[in-house]
Amino acid sequence: MNGFDSYQLQRRSTAAQAVLALAFLLLAGAFFRVQVVEHDKYQLKAETNRLRPVSIEAPRGAILDYTGKVIAENVPGYSVKLIAYSLDSLRAVLGRMQRVVPLDSGDLKVIGGRYLQARYQPAVVFGDADFATVSRLEEHRAVLPGMVIQSEPKRLYPAGKAVAHLVGYVSEVTEDDLDKNRYPGAELGTTVGKAGLEREYDDTLRGADGVHYIEVNARGRLVREQATTAALAPTPGHTLRTTIDIDLQKYIDSIWPAGVRGAMVAMTPTGEVRALYSAPTYDPNIFVGGIDADTWRDLNTDSAKPLLDRAIIGRYPPASPFKLATAAMALRRGLISFDTHMPIPCRGGIQLGNRYFRCWKKEGHGSLDLVGAIAASCDVYFYQLGLRLGLDAILQDGVLMGFRDRSGIDLPSEQSPVYPASTAYFDQRYGPRNWSAPAVTLNFSIGQGENTQTLINMIKFYRALAGNGETSDPYLVRPDPKAKTFDLGLTEAQLLGLRTALTAVAERGTASAIIGATPGSKTRVLQIAGKTGTAQNPHGKDHRWFIAMAPADKPVLIVGGIMENVGLHDPTVVRNVYLALRRYVLGPDSSGTATKVQITIPEDSAPTSVEMGDSAGTRP
Amino acid sequence: MKLVPSLDRSLALPAFGLVVYGLIVLYSAGQTDVVTQAQGVWYHQFIWVGLGLVAAWATFHVSPRILEWIAPAVYVFSLVLLGVTLVVGTGAGTAESSHSWLAIGGHRLGQPSELAKVATVLMLARHLSSRREPPRSLLDLTVSGLIVGLPFLLVMKQPDLGSAIVFIGIFFAMMFWCGVRPRLLFLIASPGLSLLLAFSTVTWGGWIIAVTVVLALWRPYFWEGVAIWMANAVMGAVALPLWKRLKPYQQDRLLTFLNPEVDPQKAGYHALQSKVAIGSGGWFGTGYTQGPQKRLAFLPEQHTDFVFSVVGEELGFIGVMVALALFFALFLGLLRVARRAADPFSSLVVFGIAGLFFTHVFENVGMTVNVMPITGIPLPFFSYGGSFFLICSICLGLAFRVSNDSRLSGYADA
Repeated sequence: MNGFDSYQLQRRSTAAQAVLALAFLLLAGAFFRVQVVEHDKYQLKAETNRLRPVSIEAPRGAILDYTGKVIAENVPGYSVKLIAYSLDSLRAVLGRMQRVVPLDSGDLKVIGGRYLQARYQPAVVFGDADFATVSRLEEHRAVLPGMVIQSEPKRLYPAGKAVAHLVGYVSEVTEDDLDKNRYPGAELGTTVGKAGLEREYDDTLRGADGVHYIEVNARGRLVREQATTAALAPTPGHTLRTTIDIDLQKYIDSIWPAGVRGAMVAMTPTGEVRALYSAPTYDPNIFVGGIDADTWRDLNTDSAKPLLDRAIIGRYPPASPFKLATAAMALRRGLISFDTHMPIPCRGGIQLGNRYFRCWKKEGHGSLDLVGAIAASCDVYFYQLGLRLGLDAILQDGVLMGFRDRSGIDLPSEQSPVYPASTAYFDQRYGPRNWSAPAVTLNFSIGQGENTQTLINMIKFYRALAGNGETSDPYLVRPDPKAKTFDLGLTEAQLLGLRTALTAVAERGTASAIIGATPGSKTRVLQIAGKTGTAQNPHGKDHRWFIAMAPADKPVLIVGGIMENVGLHDPTVVRNVYLALRRYVLGPDSSGTATKVQITIPEDSAPTSVEMGDSAGTRP
Repeated sequence: MKLVPSLDRSLALPAFGLVVYGLIVLYSAGQTDVVTQAQGVWYHQFIWVGLGLVAAWATFHVSPRILEWIAPAVYVFSLVLLGVTLVVGTGAGTAESSHSWLAIGGHRLGQPSELAKVATVLMLARHLSSRREPPRSLLDLTVSGLIVGLPFLLVMKQPDLGSAIVFIGIFFAMMFWCGVRPRLLFLIASPGLSLLLAFSTVTWGGWIIAVTVVLALWRPYFWEGVAIWMANAVMGAVALPLWKRLKPYQQDRLLTFLNPEVDPQKAGYHALQSKVAIGSGGWFGTGYTQGPQKRLAFLPEQHTDFVFSVVGEELGFIGVMVALALFFALFLGLLRVARRAADPFSSLVVFGIAGLFFTHVFENVGMTVNVMPITGIPLPFFSYGGSFFLICSICLGLAFRVSNDSRLSGYADA
């Protein structure tokens, strides 16, 4: 055949060599790009292929009361997680797990959802597994590929339901939280505080999660628990020292009547909150390791709203406890003194224009001075005092005394009270011609009308009465340096006078009590100063207030309570506030069994029952 | 006759290096933390290497004249085997569902397509060397086209795109070597390129204009020009229906070749994992037998189609360059043997073998770094597999024989 002479072959051979060289250069170039230029990128991909980061939860800081007793701590717990390379393989392993430990279809759905959220992270099966579960799973480890059991610190609230609203609870951060950056530094799977102190001081308590890597193969099965890559040790959270008295807190819970909704707060005259309780309550421990869906639904749909912290969220008409504010306004404006009588004595009501405003006591109180009026909680006296002040003064002074602002306590989601800043509010709401200033004035002077306050805010006001007339934001951990301090503008003598009047409430008046110990036990007597109140409730039985301080001469504690729908004559709130004060001031020995408290009367007065309420008469 | 003949060292050294390198890498491919098919195959491969040596030694002692004489018989036999395979064949590896293996009683004997490759080389060499002139027109190429086309179509039918491409590689290599002018080869290839470029109207429009211009400048026979132009036009027109007729996995492979990260869990998995393994190797690799992607079975088919990724991961860019250098040396050696062969038949056979090897190496190595689309095609001397290793050995034995013959005839120093 022609064409095979050496010249032609040489030419073709050269051409073939050139093609060959080009092809090999192309290959070499491709490998250079992948192995040298893009090495880092593929190195990373290789690592994410085989290494799964597993976060090591940082122990949250403990929460202590003011003496150092534990409110929240950590105990050893176990979490069980699964690594899977597909949803099907996850389901297969969960199916085998089901034969060993209880898991219902709802759980499976939740776990599947967690897996889909972050495929490359182990999906949590049990956030808080008990030892029995863990040991049964360990026995079957061979048929449960990808299972990771970690020892994790677990939150424990030894006082349980007694501290629920105070400490709040912890739970896994949600995607929504992350989207809105509510918890800086948190990642999917981090446990964060969701309410109460856990939420407010989450950044202090949380610490930083550590991480370690486990090596998995292409089927997502665990190969080595501790891969060579260095793990990051978790940083524990800081301890939180609070102003709470955990014994008092537990005591308040223990004496709270079953089935009653309400709240109770104890505070020192310096603004330190010693107890903060809301009922009905729940056990914050059920949130640890993930609350199950049914319990969560029940908590949320319960008509009693157990998750609601009534001490800072519940708003109630302040009612008679507000009469002290009316009195304080009049005193600081120099309109009256303690022995001032009003022109019209109480005969059970007062005529204003074409309407008749009643006193809570049909028979009337007769002519009273200020001390007597506070003791008897006489509505007619305060109606006239309100008219003397005028609506503008009531609104202005009320704003100055903090009735329009939140108390500023260091807890999340406190509600603002409702208190109009000026009469423009009424013009806007009802129209300028559709409301009557005198009627509104009368209502405001006895704490009714367009005025609703939280328990914590009312106690903040009473704190001013208990001390030198100044008050600032109450706190559970440390005072807010930016908090506004305000002064009632009363003299020492005026403050003393008001406290005397409050003592009279307790001694002769509506809470008539020197409330002594049960006979037979130590009979130390505690003199308290306080004010009862009945908030009218158009939807049911009235709410009862009692805010008191003790000892009356030099208060060390202010306790306020509100019970919803207990009705006009219920003595429980007075009794419970008294018991809390006595326990704190006189010590735990004095409180006895706390179930039955006999209310005794001072030497000079006849026995009267504590079921003396006050009502605001007719609404305008 | 000496038992161990003195061999062409420019061929023997790279060949020996590649066989040893291949065994070393195959041993590592079996070192996994997960139970895989690859564990222990290196031991079997030793047997195949032994058998391969025997086959190469035997081939070395067969005169090219005898091969030329029995080429038609071998060719027909291989076609019959391919036909039988289509009926009773089974699949394996990356192409589980195809019919490319002959098996008796569940024991796989081998892939007839491997034999067909050599048979086609021999048959085509015999045909071309019997001609007075190299083919100069399309008409001249008809017989050559048929010789390659028959096994090509039978293999396509299996379907085994990877092996089918090898036939095209052999065809163009041997046509070029026998003296067909490159422009004619270009025109033959043009309908195929037209098919590839038909994915976009604009590129295809540009292509058909370019073909028209080239035809006008080069002036082939009129009807030939018309036929080529028509073929280009038809290919452009049938591209879409043809694409639709492809099996979904074939479409996926082509698509993921263009972008492996489109579907990293499914179709793009092989391409991506191979690149990850190779890329994580860096300059010097993760260490022999230590590659985590291989050990933990992220790398698929690490003992067959993707054995070269093990080289990349564990021995790094350096290891890859050594392997490529050995292949490059082997090709230069084969080229030299083909150039110095004593007769056109021997020369064509050796160059055809080079074309066969080259297609395998370029396609297999290329697909591990996404330079070529993924087709199940083994890498000579590296991939585990009996029938292919035997064929490679036979090819080498042939090349050594041709080399020796040319030296004895005194051609070598010309």
